[in-house]
Amino acid sequence: MALLEVHNLGVSFVTRNGTNKAVDDVSFSVESGQITAIIGESGSGKSVACYSLLGLIPQPPGRIDGGRALFGGRDLLQLGERELRKIRGRDIAMVFQDPMTCLNPYMTVGKQLMEPLRYHQNVSPADARRRALELLEEVGIRDPESTIDNYPHQFSGGMRQRVMIAMALINEPQLLIADEPTTALDVTIQAQILQLIAQLQRKRDIGVIFISHDLAVVADIADQIVVMQKGKIVESGDRTGIFQQAQHPYTQKLLSAIPADSKHSELLPAEPLIRVRELCTWFSQGHKQPPLQAVNKVSFDIRRGEVLGLVGESGSGKSTIGRSILRLVPVTSGQVDFDGTDVTALQGRELKKMRRRMQIIFQDPFASLNPRMTVYDTLAEPLLLHGIETRKTVAQGVLKLMDDVGLARHFVRKYPHEFSGGQRQRIAIGRALATRPEFIVADEPVSALDVTIQAQILDLMQALGREYGLTMLFISHDLAVVRHLADRILVLHQGEVVETGSGQELFEHPQQDYTKSLLASIPGRSLLQ
Amino acid sequence: MWRFIGYRLLQAIPVILAVITVTFFLVRAAPGGPFDSEKAVIPEVRAALEAQYRLDQPLLQQYAAYLGDLAQGELGPSFKYPGRSVNELIAAGLPVTAELGFYALLVAIIIGGVAGVIASLKPNTAQDYIPMSVAMIGICMPSFLLGPLLVLVFGIYLDWLPVSGWGDIPGDKILPAITLGSTYAAYIARLSRAGMLEVMSQDYIRTARAKGLPEWQVVTRHALRGGLIPVVAFLGPAFAGLLSGSFVVETIFQIPGLGRFYVQAAFNRDYTMILGTTVFLSTLIVLFNLLSDILAAWMNPRLRAQFREQ
Amino acid sequence: MSSEAIVDIAQAEQGTSLWQDAWLRLRRNRLALFGLGVLTLFIVIALLTPWIAPYGYAEQDLDLGASAPSATHWLGTDIFGRDLLTQIMYGGRISLAVGFVATAVALLIGVTWGAVAGYAGGRIDAVMMRFVDILYALPFMIFIVLLMVVFGRNLLLLFLAIGAVEWLTMARIMRSQVQTLRQQEFVEAAVSLGLAPSTIIRRHLIPNALGPIIVYTTLTIPSVMLLEAFLSFLGLGIQPPQTSWGLLISYGAETMEEYPWLLLFPGMALTLTLFSLNFLGDGLRDALDVRGSRD
Repeated sequence: MALLEVHNLGVSFVTRNGTNKAVDDVSFSVESGQITAIIGESGSGKSVACYSLLGLIPQPPGRIDGGRALFGGRDLLQLGERELRKIRGRDIAMVFQDPMTCLNPYMTVGKQLMEPLRYHQNVSPADARRRALELLEEVGIRDPESTIDNYPHQFSGGMRQRVMIAMALINEPQLLIADEPTTALDVTIQAQILQLIAQLQRKRDIGVIFISHDLAVVADIADQIVVMQKGKIVESGDRTGIFQQAQHPYTQKLLSAIPADSKHSELLPAEPLIRVRELCTWFSQGHKQPPLQAVNKVSFDIRRGEVLGLVGESGSGKSTIGRSILRLVPVTSGQVDFDGTDVTALQGRELKKMRRRMQIIFQDPFASLNPRMTVYDTLAEPLLLHGIETRKTVAQGVLKLMDDVGLARHFVRKYPHEFSGGQRQRIAIGRALATRPEFIVADEPVSALDVTIQAQILDLMQALGREYGLTMLFISHDLAVVRHLADRILVLHQGEVVETGSGQELFEHPQQDYTKSLLASIPGRSLLQ
Repeated sequence: MWRFIGYRLLQAIPVILAVITVTFFLVRAAPGGPFDSEKAVIPEVRAALEAQYRLDQPLLQQYAAYLGDLAQGELGPSFKYPGRSVNELIAAGLPVTAELGFYALLVAIIIGGVAGVIASLKPNTAQDYIPMSVAMIGICMPSFLLGPLLVLVFGIYLDWLPVSGWGDIPGDKILPAITLGSTYAAYIARLSRAGMLEVMSQDYIRTARAKGLPEWQVVTRHALRGGLIPVVAFLGPAFAGLLSGSFVVETIFQIPGLGRFYVQAAFNRDYTMILGTTVFLSTLIVLFNLLSDILAAWMNPRLRAQFREQ
Repeated sequence: MSSEAIVDIAQAEQGTSLWQDAWLRLRRNRLALFGLGVLTLFIVIALLTPWIAPYGYAEQDLDLGASAPSATHWLGTDIFGRDLLTQIMYGGRISLAVGFVATAVALLIGVTWGAVAGYAGGRIDAVMMRFVDILYALPFMIFIVLLMVVFGRNLLLLFLAIGAVEWLTMARIMRSQVQTLRQQEFVEAAVSLGLAPSTIIRRHLIPNALGPIIVYTTLTIPSVMLLEAFLSFLGLGIQPPQTSWGLLISYGAETMEEYPWLLLFPGMALTLTLFSLNFLGDGLRDALDVRGSRD
């Protein structure tokens, strides 16, 4: 018999604007000793389905419409709060997405770790502490004796997630629910945490539900895969079944959204549009402290018409390089030549002229648009500012941009909050293209988007790049995406360039250790080959 | 941490000095001398008086001398009560005001804190609306209105409680403490509700629930500390408010405290008394602000660690 | 072709701006609407008082003395036989004027100060905010009492003194708004488009910083009115022949045993106004989705 069997689960949210069926007729099962992955984009109901099993959805507005969830011979959905509490943290434990916010900042890690143990079992403080230390050691916290009494903020993100995992396992539960446990982490850390979860699961022979938006992440560890869309299960099966013979078009779309090829770049004319020499951008961190050397002596060229990929983990300085070239942050020293002009020396009118020629697309489509301006206002502003269109022709210019980025014309008087993430990113791209730039910095332009939307936006950017003859600096933490799009790739680590080469060169013959470890961390490597 | 406290204390010095300086010159700049109201003082007597209060010296010299006195904890003689010093008046009034303020603060923290936390546990239900509506009344009903109303209802119509004095009849401390504390109880209720709501929406509360902790433990062990930090930070300003509120409450209930002395001194134009009390009260307020800041910072491990490094 | 485009755009469905959204939310909040209604009514009455007051301001009837509410004097009369309703209407003019004018003073100084500090950043910001910190630590209530004692009870001085206290919080809010907004990517995008700083402030910063400012302004007015009433009650604020609600409450408190209506009605006027302003402020805060601006 399966460890957990969910039959026909339905969950709704009742709001003033009506009832929203978040989970509709969902059935799946989890076996002991197996990892079941539930895959879906944001709003697909994958988290709600799991939270509702443990009574962790506030009711109201949440409401369980029906179904059964058999666990250890009992129906979880029929249990009262008191009985559910006995199961939570003892038989079924959870790990959440963002380790930065999931630990109580006012309590030492040790106390939080021991809490489930002390609450569910009659354990003496000394024993609890011993057990906590053992687990910390097991999840890979170095020197637990001296860190157990630290507060969460003294740990890095990856370490905090290890603590969360230790906390979930401290009562030796039969089932672990991990809700996007690696989404907030860097690639290399993500790989470590995935490995850790798989290893702990095998050792304990427990069941795991792994919730994720990213099929690639679970490719290496999942035994069973359940794909959800809009509250319903569209497909489920074992790993090989899903990856090799996906039936449902949505699953196929998810699979094809994982870009697996290197861009084959044609030989380009050697003339560089941008020459960056010995660029240093440092940030002051208050007096008496050494400045943060975000970018340190970085030199590279971008040839006209080329897409240069810039890859690195958070804190590698990749965004700062893009912003330095555009003069959005003050450059400490070094030179940035754009078509023969040193950008770092420009002022006033000259700078404004230069700004027209280079634009930027940001990561977060919710922060990059002024919430109080309509699409029309947002797109008309650069057109009028640089005299690209006159007052008479500006309306036409705006509509042309909307056509180019694939936004329906009738949206022209809508405000940003009325659009989805992908649509907003299209508006932002339109704004960047409005000045007819030669060069665009794309700073993680798809990492805030759902996987299927990512593919659409990447396609759009590729097409527009060709149409407008753009040179591009494409910044991303996601090697697969960069490989797919970039002619050449620059690997960045702690503010310095580690390695350069074409996608093929880097992927097949990485020279530096850091590049190798980065490549080894790519989730779903098995899919890429 | 000690360095942080030391640093903040150092910061408080210019503030206190500024208070002293501004007050001193403001009072000296006041139109009309202190003895103008007394009719026809003989010039010799007047000169003697002025000499006694150093009014015959140049202003800067007076200021320097005043600073010197202050450094020795000497606030100067009263203009209006010859033979009595400001120190003595403060010594007489302070214990009364301190006691009143303490009770009021107690009322504010206990009633306000409990009401706020209770309201935050079931937002947008009767359990939230009722205490919060009462709190709104508390904010909109200033002490100088609430005091007389309480006197009218409980003192005169119902005749349950004494309406004036301090420590003379049993129960005469109840109405003043409630009057003074009510506004701050209301503020604290709103602050703690907002703080708790903020904390209860944090991810780590979900973690605590996923551990299987019962709701009351989630609240007491995980939510309260973070939720009440804004309340602690508010205690400094609340203390300042209580002091100035005591002006009114002590007047209404005829309590012989510092607040009433201050108001009387203001009406009598007893300049040394005003000057001395202002300096004294201001220093007290600055110190209490400091205290509540330090306490609030101490409750946040992250800030605490930063201070330790400084 | 170009005129076609204009027609296209004119026919496109009009989006709902955040302001419209906020208004829709506010309209659903009954308490806030009640507050808005009462406030509007009181302001209209205050503006029209000289023409609609039932009696003249100085009119008294010493023979009548204090009388309970009646058909001729709806809210009764005070010990000099003056009509209480008339007194409250004239007092309201002063109380509301103090509330609005002093808040306007605070708004002007605070917003400018905060915006400059927030936009300039760096050393200028540090110095400007340090100054605010120091002033913050000063016990202003005591200072206002002192000012009133030293310079006499002067309405203009009262405006300035209260305004001078309240601008500090306004400056802090404005600065933090500007600072947060400056780091927003849409402001960076505006910079990279080449827009001039003045345009960025006007088109991108101010419209987005307005919400918290509106909310805080609405909540500052009642605290200013309280301050005025407090001073007047102590006899340090408004003084005869002028009157205000605080002063009327102070008179009422003296004679409340015999003539409780003299305390109750001015008290109700003040409390109702404060209620309205606070409800409106809270409603605006929810409608505009402003968080953490105050309590």
